Amino acid sequence: MVHIKRLQEGGTDIIAVIGEIDASSSIELDLAIAKSVGEGFKKILVDCHALEYISSAGLGVFMSYIEEFRDKNIKMVLFGLKDKVTNTFEILGLADLLNIRENKTEALKLANELSV
Amino acid sequence: MNYRYKIGCSLSNLKGIRDFVRTTLNENHVPELQISAIVLALDEMCSNLMIHAHHCNPDHNLELCINHPGQETFIFEIIDDGSVFDINHFTEPEMGSLVQEKRKGGLGIRLVKSIMDKIEYSSEGGKSICRLTKNI
Repeated sequence: MVHIKRLQEGGTDIIAVIGEIDASSSIELDLAIAKSVGEGFKKILVDCHALEYISSAGLGVFMSYIEEFRDKNIKMVLFGLKDKVTNTFEILGLADLLNIRENKTEALKLANELSV
Repeated sequence: MNYRYKIGCSLSNLKGIRDFVRTTLNENHVPELQISAIVLALDEMCSNLMIHAHHCNPDHNLELCINHPGQETFIFEIIDDGSVFDINHFTEPEMGSLVQEKRKGGLGIRLVKSIMDKIEYSSEGGKSICRLTKNI
């Protein structure tokens, strides 16, 4: 069960993911990111503070946007990952493919730097 | 020690599987980070089976058994009615091609193979058994 909240701050879309993302709920994450892209946001932060679990279905959603983000010059940064969630990203070596930062300030800083 | 959990092949039941695995491993004092990885591997295996072998039909059942024969070994058995889904026959896709093809699947097999020490398949009395061994 996952709950997703979106909040806009100065042209940046912040997607907060609360709960667990598995094969039954990954569609919710997909829809939230698609909506953000559809609304034209160029900077997307994903707040993972309250993300308790993610399976490959959720990781696959992030992966599936990498090319589109490159084409459309959209910068996405994830932040606030718990150790157990970070571990899942590390097993797959995804930490090298995605932008991940400790907190919102650092995530926003990176998104701004990458957007220049 | 032997623990059993039987459930219908609906993706909404994955949480129940995760809770069962987590509780069992907690009771057996497995470190938290290892529990998270094992829970993930079982979730991946069961969701693969539910989707690809049972097309998420909630009337089809699968059973998960956890055996703890020795202090450092855990054996997880996923038993269902005659499915043939041997992940040893699947090569995990390269990460680069997953990104290029914008594929959402294919990561689960890589995860399971990274986390578990042994993956075996067998059949007994019309049932298929996928046996995953993890040394802690």
